[in-house]
Order: sequence, then C-alpha cells, then structure tokens
Amino acid sequence: MAQQLWAKEPTAEQIAEQQIYKQMGVSDSEYELICGFLGRKPNYTEIGVFSVMWSEHCAYKNSKPLLRRFPTSGPRVLMGPGEGAGIVDIGDNQAVVFKIESHNHPSAVEPYQGAATGVGGIIRDIFSMGARPVAILNSLRFGKLESDRVKYLFENVVSGIAGYGNCIGIPTVGGEVMFDDSYDGNPLVNAMCVGIIDHDKIQRGVAKGVGNPVFYVGPPTDRDGIHGATFASEELTEESEAKRTAVQVGDPFMEKLVMEACLELINSGIVLGIQDMGAAGLTCSSAEMASKAGNGLELYLDQVPQREQGMTPYEMMLSESQERMLFVVEPQHEAQAQEIFDRWGVICAKVGKVTDDGRLKLFHHGEVVGDMPVTALVDECPVYYKTSAVPAYYEQNAGINTLRYEEVTDLGAALKKVLGSPNVASKAWVYNQYDHMVRTSTAVRPGSDAAVVTIHGTRKGLAMTTDCNGRFVYLDPEVGGQIAVSEAARNIVCSGAEPLAITDNLNFGSPEKPDIFWQMEKAVDGMAEACRTLSTPVIGGNVSLYNENAQGAIYPTPVVGMVGLVHDIDHITTQAFKQEGDVIILLGETKAELGGSEFQSVVHGVTEGRPPQIDLDVEKKLLSSVLEAIQAGLVQSAHDLSEGGLAVALAESCISGGLGAQVNVVTDLRSDIALFSESQSRILLSAAPDKAAQLQEMLVNNGVPAAVLGKVQGTDLVVNVNGQRAVSESVNELKRVWEDAIPCLMN
Amino acid sequence: MKFAVLVFPGSNCDIDCYKAVEETTGEPVDYVWHTATDLSEYDCILVPGGFSYGDYLRCGAIARFAPVMAEVAKAAEQGKYVLGICNGFQILTEAGLLPGALRRNTSMKFICQDSKLQVVNHTTPFTSEYAAGEEITIPIAHGEGNYYCDEATLERLKANNQIVFRYSHNPNGSTDDIAGICNERGNVVGMMPHPERAVSSILGSEDGKRMFTSILTAWRDQYGAATVG
Amino acid sequence: MIKATVYVTIKQSVLDPQGVAVRGALHSMEFTEVEGVRIGKYMELTLNTNDRNEAAERVTEMCEKLLANTVVEDYRFELEG
Repeated sequence: MAQQLWAKEPTAEQIAEQQIYKQMGVSDSEYELICGFLGRKPNYTEIGVFSVMWSEHCAYKNSKPLLRRFPTSGPRVLMGPGEGAGIVDIGDNQAVVFKIESHNHPSAVEPYQGAATGVGGIIRDIFSMGARPVAILNSLRFGKLESDRVKYLFENVVSGIAGYGNCIGIPTVGGEVMFDDSYDGNPLVNAMCVGIIDHDKIQRGVAKGVGNPVFYVGPPTDRDGIHGATFASEELTEESEAKRTAVQVGDPFMEKLVMEACLELINSGIVLGIQDMGAAGLTCSSAEMASKAGNGLELYLDQVPQREQGMTPYEMMLSESQERMLFVVEPQHEAQAQEIFDRWGVICAKVGKVTDDGRLKLFHHGEVVGDMPVTALVDECPVYYKTSAVPAYYEQNAGINTLRYEEVTDLGAALKKVLGSPNVASKAWVYNQYDHMVRTSTAVRPGSDAAVVTIHGTRKGLAMTTDCNGRFVYLDPEVGGQIAVSEAARNIVCSGAEPLAITDNLNFGSPEKPDIFWQMEKAVDGMAEACRTLSTPVIGGNVSLYNENAQGAIYPTPVVGMVGLVHDIDHITTQAFKQEGDVIILLGETKAELGGSEFQSVVHGVTEGRPPQIDLDVEKKLLSSVLEAIQAGLVQSAHDLSEGGLAVALAESCISGGLGAQVNVVTDLRSDIALFSESQSRILLSAAPDKAAQLQEMLVNNGVPAAVLGKVQGTDLVVNVNGQRAVSESVNELKRVWEDAIPCLMN
Repeated sequence: MKFAVLVFPGSNCDIDCYKAVEETTGEPVDYVWHTATDLSEYDCILVPGGFSYGDYLRCGAIARFAPVMAEVAKAAEQGKYVLGICNGFQILTEAGLLPGALRRNTSMKFICQDSKLQVVNHTTPFTSEYAAGEEITIPIAHGEGNYYCDEATLERLKANNQIVFRYSHNPNGSTDDIAGICNERGNVVGMMPHPERAVSSILGSEDGKRMFTSILTAWRDQYGAATVG
Repeated sequence: MIKATVYVTIKQSVLDPQGVAVRGALHSMEFTEVEGVRIGKYMELTLNTNDRNEAAERVTEMCEKLLANTVVEDYRFELEG
C-alpha cells in the first residue's frame, strides 16, 4: 500500500490527527466506521472517495427513511428508483424513461454553467439506460424579479438551459418558473429528461462478468468540480463564491457525440453495463456498477484520459468533468466498441477490469493507491433519522382567517394585476429561447397545461409536466404535497393523457433543523398518498437539501415531474378556446380558499393561513371523468385551475385561443373570492354546443359537479357574478398585460 | 429522385429532414456522413440544421471544411438542388456557395417561434408550388440568423431575384428582412426557417410541405419524369 | 516556437449586436462616456516554427480561410518569439 505519494497530500495519520475528514463533510463517527471497514486508517484518496459516496447527494443518508414511504411499483413500472432513471411500459414493446435532477447549488454560484451542466447530467441519465432522449423540462425558482442579482440569475439560468438543450438537439418542451423571496440567493434549477426505449434495449449500470474490461468514454478528466457532490450537500455561504472550482463547465457538442456513440454501442447489443459519471464522477459510477453486479473493480488510473498534467488519484476519482460515461463489454467486443467511438471522434479508453473480490482497487504508477470494500462505499453509509418538530409558523397560521381582507371590487384591475404577476404571466420570454420543436414531435408546445410529444411511427403521444406550488407546501406540507402530485396529474389529463408515474425532486432546507425535517416528512407523506390514490408511482428522483442562506430556508419545494400516455393523438387537448359558440363548463367546487393564493400574495401582499384543502378521491373521480370525456371526443379545450383561480383560467383560455368569453358565475361566495380562490380539483372545459349536454350528463353521472358558465364569444372576456358585471376586458388588453410582464421586467 | 441529408458532428435536424422528405415526397433518402467523398447518386442535397462542431469559432465555419463540402460544391456546380436550412444556411454562406453571412440576432437571444414568411421568389425549384407573395408560417429556431450582406450584394440579390423569403415581422435584425436566398442560378437555397418542422397540422403548420414537393416537381420537370415515382 | 495572437472583430461597417448590448448595459451603469463597444475574439496559436515571415504568411492564410469570416469580420495578429 503506497503511502503519501504526493507531498502536498496529508498522510493517513495526519487525516486522523487533524480531523481533515471533517472538511470533506465526514463526521467523527462516520470516520470511525470507515476505519472499521478498511481495518486501518484511510489515505487521502480513500477518505475522498468515502466522503463523496457518503454524501447526501449520493447516499441519501438523511432522506432514505422518507423515500421509503413512496409507492414505487405498479403494473406498468419496468424499473423503479435505483438506476439512472425509472422506466414505465407504454405498450407495443416500448417504454418511457424519465428522471428529474437538481443543480441548485452550482447554478447559484455560476448560473449559466450550473444550469447547462444540470441539463447535460440528466440527459446522460436517460441515454445511459439505452433510451433516446426526446424531451427536456425544467422547474425553476428565483427570488422576486426585482433585484439585478435575481435578473442576472434568471437570465443566465435560462440561457444555460437553452445553450445546452438547443445544441444537443433535444427539445425543451415544458416547465415552470416561480418567483418568491424565499428563493432569493437560493435559486432552484431542476431539470427533467424524458426518453423512449424498446423493452429489449434497457441497460443497467452493472459491472458484469469477472475479467471483463471497463471503458471510460468522453473528454479527458480535469480538475473540474472536485467535491461537487459534497458541495451540493452544504448550505450556501459567502465562501461558496470562492468555491467556484466546484462548478463544472459543459460541452453540449461533446455530449451530443457521446450520446450518439453510446446509443449506437447499445444498439449493437454488446454492452453488459453502462453508467454515466455524474456527481462524484469516476468514484460513484465505478463503485455503483460493481455493487449492482456484486463484483469488484480495479481501476488503472494512469489509463484515465487527463487534460491536466500531474493529476493525483484523489483528483481523478473526484473530478466531475462532464460528458463522461463508464461501460463494460466482453473482451472480444473491445475492438467493435472502440471502432464506434473512433467514428464519432470520442475518446474511449480501457481503464479497468471487473474482479470477483468485491473491492474497489485503485492503481497508479504501478502501486495500489486505494483499496476499499464496494459494499462499504455503496450500502453501508449510516442512515440518519432526523428529529422532526412542528414549526411555530404552522401553528400560528391555523388561527389566520384568510377571508378577513377587505373585498376587492375592481375585479378587472385585480385580474390584470394577477395576470401581470411573473408567476402567472406568459413565460414565452423563457421558452422562446428554448428550441422546443427540434425532433419534430412537439404536438403541444410550452404554455399549455402539459406539453405533448408524439411517438414516431405510432398514434400515441407522451404528455409531460413539472409542478409544485411551494407556497402551499410551506403553509401545509402534507396538503401541499398532495396538491403537487394532483396538479401534475390534472395537467396531464387536461392534455388528453393518462397519468403514468412521477419523478420527484425534493428541494428543502437543512434537514438538521427539526422544523425543516418536519416539512420534508409531511410533504413526502402527502405526495405518497396522492401517488397511491392516483396510481402514479414514484419511479425515481433526486433530493436537494441545505437550500438555505442567512435569510433562512426556501419554501419546501418537492417538484413533481409527471409523464402521461396519450393513447391516440386525436385525444390531444389544449387549454385554448377553439370555437365561437362553444359552451364553457366549470368542473369541481369553488370554496373560500385564498391561503397561499397568487391573489393573496399579489393583491394583499401576504402568504398566510391554510392552503386549499384537497380530497384525493374527489380528484381521482374528476380526472378519470375528464379523461373519459376527452377520449369520447366531447371536449374542445381543458384547463386546470391553478394560480389565479377561475379568473386567470378563463383569461388564459381566451388569450391562447384568441377568442373572448361571456360567463356568469353563480355562487354564495364574495365575487373576489369566487374568481380568485385556488380551490383544488377544478377544471375548465369547453365543448361544442351539440356535445355540451352529453358532456354535462356524463360528468354529473360520474358525480363530478359541472356548471355551465357561458360560452366562447366575441373579443372580450366578460365575467358576471350572480348576474352582476365583475370583469369586462378586451382579450387583447389582457394578452398585452400577460405577455409584457416578464419582458418588461427583464429589459 | 434521390435525396441526401448530410450529417456533421453536431447536426441535430438531420432526422427531421429525413422524415420530412420521406413523408412529403415518398422518394428515397439517405443520411450521408460528413466524410463522404461522392454525392454523384443524389439529386438533391439537404444541409440540415443543428450545431455542427458545436458552432465553435463561428456557426458553420468548421463544417464547411468537411470533405463532403467539396462534393456539395461540385453538385451545386452541376445544377443539382442544394437546400441549407438554419445551420445548413450558415454552412453554405461560410462555404461561399451563397453570399453574405449570418450574425447574432439583435436580441442576443436564441429565438424559437413560428414566423410568418412572404414567398418573394416562387420560381426556384424549391418554391414553385407557392403563389407569388404568399404568406406562409414556418418556425424559426436560431441564435445567429441575422442575415448580413453589403449594399452592393443586396442590390445584386434584388436584381437577380435571389431573395426567396422575407420575414413579415423581422425577428432577428436581418438585412432587408431576408429569411432565405438562392444563388444566381437558383439551384442552391439557404434559409433560416425550418420547413421540415412545418409538414403536418399536428406540428402546427403544413406550409413547409410544398418546399419538398416543389423539389420533386422540379426534378420531374427537368427530367421529363412526371409519370415516374 | 512563435506565439501568434489573433484578434478577430466585427467590421466597422457591420452592426455588432453584442457590442450594442454591452454598450447599453454600460450606459445603464452610468458609464456614459462609452461611445462604442466592439466585441471580438482573441486567439492564441503556438506555432512550431522560428521563421517569422513564414509564420506571418501562414497565419494570414489561417485567418482568411477559417479564423475570420471576412464577409463580416476583420482580423489582425501579432507574432512573438
């Protein structure tokens, strides 16, 4: 065992004496455990490898007990959590592969590269399963769009996502962006990728077959992003700015070549196992591949392609240089694999061998520089059951009456104010920077409830969305978690698709704080229950903790990425009103629920009280009925009611259809509450006049409240409440307010 | 008639072009690798969009030195049909097969949206099935589509009827609202908008279809093969 | 070894959208004295030769052929060593 190959590296003794492991995020007790597994003190490379494998990002040590509460199986699930991405059957020997992942901390420090490499990483997760990536989505959170810093972050995150996705040629078809003070200094950048695969092409990240060679693919390793995984598991401090080396630089062109070459390799049928080098680079990919096969792995670090001279084993193992993959083939297929990568101009180097001793052994300059049991690295990280406590704010909110605000009487002005809020306003400024049409399969572009991409060669399509209302989750994590899943399902159904499954990105503050852990626990419970009721299991996801700064934690933001199956492209439905004279029908019940609403925030300047309540059985009935109606051809347009309630939903359906509407809302509620309440389980439909009666009858028979509000008509949106004029605005004027809001703030 | 869709490292609209040709013309089409040195079997060469060589240095600057480009020049010389779309247009200008250059959009942002185009020259082999002055909807998706040429070149383009498409609402700062041009002979066209993205109603527009069917018609007219195929 | 430093800029007669955007930003930051901004590319080439004349000739050719698009860009270079 070579000791201290590099003078600047501390020895195993120094690491112990000076507690250097602590700088890497390894606690005293964890250090003791590691010494136990090794039967000696770890050297610098080994403690580095352990520190990233045992970070929250790789080991989920603080979130595992919660993640176990999610339902992860179902009749269609072909692969649940644990691999690069989850896989769901969509019939005809095809399956959909998808996953969401965060790049919050890197994006806070260097927004363009942080966001770009976030997109690059999630794309690798998808094609490493053997799938052809077909769409990208994202979920973004920023502080209020007022300060220069927030504008800078927003502008550069969007252009980073665009820069990567546009170049690699995968359409960015959807997403969401919200602005709230709680994300000031802690932006959230979650990227989701969706791919399509044939069942027989599904790959796993396994190092199969003792004696088989292990190959490294992609650009040379440099000192990029060393300790990125541990970086992502810490709170942001002023020192983070100084840690800029922990941010990687993306090269989408290289990734495009790596992707095409890897897909060709996979299609050739010779790959035994393949995995991308994401967080913790070579360390995590090699250890996980060995672990999943129950094997060991030897890595010959001199063979690792290196961009910089004199890189140490520690640096090579921990580098997070982008666009790299690891794969295993049988020795007789080496030349064939090499030929494919040569043709694509991608570096491919043999760097290791599968062994049977269950150890990850690192060689450098002919010496063993690391020797660790694979199971200790992958499976033995201690799991922590954090303490949870109900936060004071939650108790206080119970007593707040959200109906105490004075009635707003100028509802036209209120509508314009809400439409002009960046949270509600048109996001065209964002998605017009994304190539959302490349691959020519985008049937529903960004801006409707869910995006839809068609599946070439079939009559099917995939609907996809990302959703989370962090305000609701903050006000009541359990209900908010239920709403996040339900709203995603509602968006999927409104597009004409059957919800299949979800991937989740749990963005929270520090789990060390009991009230934050309580938020996590409750949100997960709420999501899990909704997933069970709506039959949308969790097939994978990501956890991002420590999203805090000096001002406090972000709103708990468990983002739901959901995919649904459009059984026939004729079912594809959008939110836009289609035809003058169509009948407008509101499904569901409107209650006096302003807590956490956009109206409460924009008009009254507060976020308080309890969020809207939700009954998951009611939601389920609503969704199945609407899907049935769409599939029966009875529906012209469908739009989920979310931020801004009924008033905004009507305005959006008018604006996107370029048509006006005349409606009358019959209600016991105050007008402003009736129009802006964000009660759940509501959908706005329109139907052709000759089908409206049949539609309403079907809904009522299914027990779904359905009220005819009026019809699509003219060029104005005219809303009466109990026969009294409440709003009368030209659709063009509403459109102007809605479209101009974000561009005005950004120029 | 036989189509070639060129594939450079970083091309990403190659598959879309291939599908569009297949679906709109039903004629045979091949992907042709950037290293190819013989295009003699093809009648029409499509240079697709994307980010060839990552668009590093300048869009199209590196691709234009790929071996296949010498063959493209030869094909153009022989009067074969060459259509460069988006990055393909950039490559053709870099290669000198079309005049001018494409600069960054004035907004400095990538723009992906539907754009309304006016068919200025409907006599090229690529536009014969459009009416003169017809307004069509074809999406754009580019960061550097701001066409530039000097005054003298612009006058020449106008005099020779080489401006094929103009934007109805200039999205990127292009000189004279130019969206697409052709060479003097009319057999080489470059355009920033993507006709291959407008070939079915489910994608939002079918206005791009006629570009592909125009090419087939032109070929049949040229070779008197109207009944074949 | 000769080090060639190549500067490529958008021609004076051609609008430089990046330059315009940066000038606008500088003005809004109250650097109002900024009359104009032209943004270009800076490249360092290390040449395995000691012949300055040959180097100058070759770099000119590189610029004309690849490094600059002379339709819209100007170039100049310096040789060192």
